[in-house]
Amino acid sequence: MRPSTVHVLVGADPPTTPPSGDSPAAQELDPASREWLSSLRDEGPARDDATARLHALLLRGARFEVGRRQASLPHLRGAELDDIALEAADDALMSVLSRLDDFRGLSRFTTWAYKFALYEAAVKLRRRAWQEREVPMEQDAWDLVSSVSPEPDQEVEQAELLAAIGRAIARTLSPHQRRVLIALAVNGVPIDVLAERLDTTRGALYKTLHDARRKLRRQLVTDGYPLGSQLEAPQ
Amino acid sequence: MTQPALTPLVELLLGPAAAEIGCDACFDELDRYVDLQLEGTDADTAIPGMRAHLEGCPACREEHESLRALVGEPS
Repeated sequence: MRPSTVHVLVGADPPTTPPSGDSPAAQELDPASREWLSSLRDEGPARDDATARLHALLLRGARFEVGRRQASLPHLRGAELDDIALEAADDALMSVLSRLDDFRGLSRFTTWAYKFALYEAAVKLRRRAWQEREVPMEQDAWDLVSSVSPEPDQEVEQAELLAAIGRAIARTLSPHQRRVLIALAVNGVPIDVLAERLDTTRGALYKTLHDARRKLRRQLVTDGYPLGSQLEAPQ
Repeated sequence: MTQPALTPLVELLLGPAAAEIGCDACFDELDRYVDLQLEGTDADTAIPGMRAHLEGCPACREEHESLRALVGEPS
């Protein structure tokens, strides 16, 4: 089950957070969302019926996610994939029912509920895909980035930039930041897999990745690399 | 291991330039962001830092793409 969430803002200019005091009572819920909440908070048969409908909804979401990722998991049979979807739906049901008071009414209830099913299914599938694979983290960053062949039309500028990044990785990052950056950004280890292996959370790992990236950007600017528009995040 | 192309590798190493929210805040806001997008509202203005985070975090980006596709498809 996904742990309780905490707002973490990262970046040089933290964005303004949306109002956090919104509650369903303060929002104008759409009729369908109101019906979901009312039924799930009811007692007796109405609640049982709503819980069964919610589980069916979550299972649909989990199967949708499994279907999207099926091609990347050719070694798993249909029954195994459906077991994963069912387990994800079960875990998502627990999450949703325990967090009904967290639903702020800022989206449709079904959209809010679906995200738990997709999250549970995605995490399980990422972990399954890496279940028996070693997580590479100790490669030398300098050798790694230097070994990449640039595209012909980008050759000189891009190769120089990549070499500068390699030097900045070696010079400015802590060993932990280096390991996390290389595992996530270079070796493509899914963040949930790395979080499980390092006994930490996705949020904590992303904060480490973010801090490492900011250090690299600052060092590159200091070293005279202006970081052109190709590196700017689209707005 | 297959090496990614050069420019994507640089983007992965440096991440988004803009300020971004973290993974936990992204999860909190994901449903609202998707519903705003599907309504045609300016979700990026409503939830600052979300787009940059989706650029920088492959896992959250995948979950956003899935939720948008799932909610947007005919039921």
